[in-house]
Amino acid sequence: MYDKKLIIPGLLVFLLLMISPIIINGLDAGPVPKLQKPKGVTKCVDSVQYMRTSHMKILDDWRDQALREGNRTPVEVDGVKYDRSLMNGCMKCHVEKKKFCDECHVYASVKPYCWDCHFLPEETF
Amino acid sequence: MDIKRRQFLKIAGLSTIAGLGAPAAFNLLLKGESSPVSFASSGSSPEASQEAAPTGVRLGMVIDQNVFDAYRGLAQKCITACHTVHNVPKFDNPKDEIKWIFEVPYEKAFTAKSHYHKNEQLHDSSFPVLCNHCDNPPCVRACPTKATFKRKDGIVAMDYHRCIGCRFCMAACPYGMRSFNWRDPRPFIDKTTYNKEFPTRMRGVVEKCNFCVERLAKGLQPACVEACGNSGAMVFGDMNDPHSEIRKKLAENFTIQRKPSLGTTPSVFYII
Amino acid sequence: MLEKALTGSNRYWGWIAVLLAFMAAGALSYVQQYNYGLGLTGMSRDVSWGVYIAQFTFLVGVAASGVMVVLPYYLHNYKTFAKITILGEFLAVASVSMCLMFILADLGQPLRALNVLLHPTPNSILFWDMIVLNVYLFLNIFVGWVVLTAEKKDVAPPKWIKPFIYISIPWAVSIHTVTAFLYAGLPGRHFWLTAILAPRFLASAFAGGPALLILLCLIIKRVTKFDAGQEAIQKLVTIVTYAALINVFFVLLEFFTAYYSNIPGHMHTLDYLFFGLHGQGQLVPWMRVSTIFGIIAIVMFLVPATRKREDTLAIACVLLFFSLWIDKGIGLVIGGFVPSPLEEITAYHPSFQEIMITLGVWAAGFFILTVLYKIALGVKEEKMVS
Repeated sequence: MYDKKLIIPGLLVFLLLMISPIIINGLDAGPVPKLQKPKGVTKCVDSVQYMRTSHMKILDDWRDQALREGNRTPVEVDGVKYDRSLMNGCMKCHVEKKKFCDECHVYASVKPYCWDCHFLPEETF
Repeated sequence: MDIKRRQFLKIAGLSTIAGLGAPAAFNLLLKGESSPVSFASSGSSPEASQEAAPTGVRLGMVIDQNVFDAYRGLAQKCITACHTVHNVPKFDNPKDEIKWIFEVPYEKAFTAKSHYHKNEQLHDSSFPVLCNHCDNPPCVRACPTKATFKRKDGIVAMDYHRCIGCRFCMAACPYGMRSFNWRDPRPFIDKTTYNKEFPTRMRGVVEKCNFCVERLAKGLQPACVEACGNSGAMVFGDMNDPHSEIRKKLAENFTIQRKPSLGTTPSVFYII
Repeated sequence: MLEKALTGSNRYWGWIAVLLAFMAAGALSYVQQYNYGLGLTGMSRDVSWGVYIAQFTFLVGVAASGVMVVLPYYLHNYKTFAKITILGEFLAVASVSMCLMFILADLGQPLRALNVLLHPTPNSILFWDMIVLNVYLFLNIFVGWVVLTAEKKDVAPPKWIKPFIYISIPWAVSIHTVTAFLYAGLPGRHFWLTAILAPRFLASAFAGGPALLILLCLIIKRVTKFDAGQEAIQKLVTIVTYAALINVFFVLLEFFTAYYSNIPGHMHTLDYLFFGLHGQGQLVPWMRVSTIFGIIAIVMFLVPATRKREDTLAIACVLLFFSLWIDKGIGLVIGGFVPSPLEEITAYHPSFQEIMITLGVWAAGFFILTVLYKIALGVKEEKMVS
C-alpha cells in the first residue's frame, strides 16, 4: 500500500472520532425513559408494541388520509372515537407533550418537526 | 480481475438507477395521485372549461357585494373570523404579510374590466377576495411535489408537510391569493385568541384559504360564511347540487368571476 | 487528473483564496438565512422570486451556451474549436452547479428538496427542469472528463462516448427551453406569457455564454501558455454577434406586440422596466444601461477594427455580458412580478445577506470553473511541452 504512514493513522483517528460519543458516555446509554400511561384509558388505536415502534407511521397515514383523501372518519376503539389527528386525537389522551413525546424523543435523539406547526400552547408558546 | 470489477460496476450502476427510479415510478403508477386534478383538467376542451363539472361535488361560494356594501365592517368581521380560526399571523412589516381573505377595491379585484365614469357604488366598494378554488388551478399544475392539490370536492388544498417552499405556486396564481411564511409565524399569532384545534404553519411554506375543510368535516360552514350570519352576504355549498342554496343564488343572479378569460374557472362568484 | 488542481503558482492560490473567502462569506449569510427564513431577503408576497431565481435563469443560459462550441466541433467536425470544446463543457458544468445552488438557496424548506423525487409530478415544469438540469450536469462532466482523459493518454476518445455527446446537444437546448416554460406557462403573468420566451432565452444565452467564453479564453491566454487561437475566438465572435442581433430582434418583437396591440397587461411590465409605471421605475436605470451597453457591444462586434483587437474585443464582451445579465438576471424575473395580480406595484431591494449569498454562489461557481480549467489546461500544457 502506498502512503501507509498516512492512511493507517488517518483511519484510526476516524474510527476514534466515530466511537467518541460512546467512549465519552462511558459505554452507558443512560437511564431508559420510564413510560407513563394516559389516565382513564387502557387501549390505544393499535397494540402497545406497534404503537411503540410505528406510531409515526400511523401519524403519517392519518395525515394523508385526513388531509389528502378527505377521510376524517374517527377511529373507533372499544366504542370510543378518536379523530385522525395528532392534536385532536392522540393528544386527547396523551395530554402532555413533555411526558408522552419528548421523554423518548430526547432519549433517542430524534427531532420530529411535528411541533413546528402542531402544538400544545402552554408548552411551546 | 479487471473484467470482474467492470461487471460489478455495471451491475451496481444499473441497480442503483433502478433502485432510485423504481419507487418513484411505482408511486406514480399505483397511487395515481395526480390524476384527479392535473390530467383531467388539462384534457378538457375550451367549451367544457367554461361550464361547471356536471357530476360530483363542486364546492363554491357566492359573494353578494350589495350586502357587503350595505353593511360596512362585515368584510372585516369575515377576515377576523377566518384569520383567528386558522391562526393566521399578523405582521407589522408588509413584506412578511400573510392573508387568506382580504378587502380590495374594485379595480384590483377585477383588473380587466374597463369603465368610463364608474358608477358610484363601485367607487367606494371594497371586495372580499380569497382563494378561488379554481376548477382548473394553475397553482396545482405548477407545484413540483403535489403539496398543493385539488380534492374531489373541488377544494384546492395545501399539504404543509410536503411543501418545499419553491413558491412556484405563488408565481402561477393569477389572483395573488397565496402567501409565504417568510419567517417563523408563531410569535405573530395572537396568543389570546388562537385556535387550539388548528395547527399553525412553519416558516418556509406557502399557505392560503382552505375553504375551511376542517370545519366542513364537522358539518360547519366556513368561518367567513358563518361570520356573515343571516345577511346572505356569502353563500357556500355544492354548486352541482340542484337543490342547494348556492345553486339557487347562481340561477337567480347575474354573477361574475375574477379573470375568467384565463380559463381557471374560479369557484368564487360575485354579485355586483 | 485531479492532482493538477493541487499544484499551481502563487497567483493561482491567491485567486483560490479570494474565491474561498467569498464562499465563506456567502455560507455565513446562508446560515443566517437558514435560521431566520427567507424573510431575510428582500422578497415579499408580491415579488416572491428575487435575485436567486433570476441568477438561476441567467446561468441556465450560460450553461446551455456550451453547445455553441460542442455542436460545431462534434457535429460539423469544425476542428478550430477542438481546443476550446472542453472549456465550453466545463463552463456548462460550473454554470449548472451554480443553478442548483441558487435553487437550493431559494427554497423555503431546503431539507425537503428531495420531495421532488419522492413525489414526482410530471405536470410541474419544475419537476422537468430538475431532471434536465441534473442530466445536463452529468453529461458535461462525463463527456468532458472522458475526452480529457483520452487526450491525456494520447489516444482517441472511446467510441461509446459519442452518443452522450450527441444527446448533450439537444439537451442543451432543452434546459433553456424548459426553464423558459417555467415562466411562459403561467396564466396572468403577461410579461412571461409569450411563446417567444424560449427562443428569446436561447438567443440571449447563445450571445452571453460565448461572450463569457471569449473573455475566459483571453484571460487564460494571459495567465497560462494556452492560446485558444485567433480563428476560434473570431468564430465565437461571429456566433455572439448573430445571437445578440437575434436577441435584440426578439425583444423588439415583444415591444411591437405590446404597444401596437395596446393591451394594458402586455404593456405594464415593459412600461415599468423601461419608462416607469405610475411614477415607479425602480429598474428603469438598470434597463437603460442594459440597452445602451447592448447596443455599444453589438456595434463593437460589427466593426472589424474593434472586434479584431483583443482589448476592445474584451470590452465589448464585458458590455454584452453585463447587458444580458441585467436583462435576464434582473429585469426578466423581477419585472415579471410587477404589477402584481392585483395590479399593485411593489419594489424589491435585495438585502445585504441576499447579495452575499449570491456572490458566494458565483464564487463557488468560479471555484469549480477554476479547478476544472486548471485540470484541463494542465493536460493541454503537458502536451505542448512534450
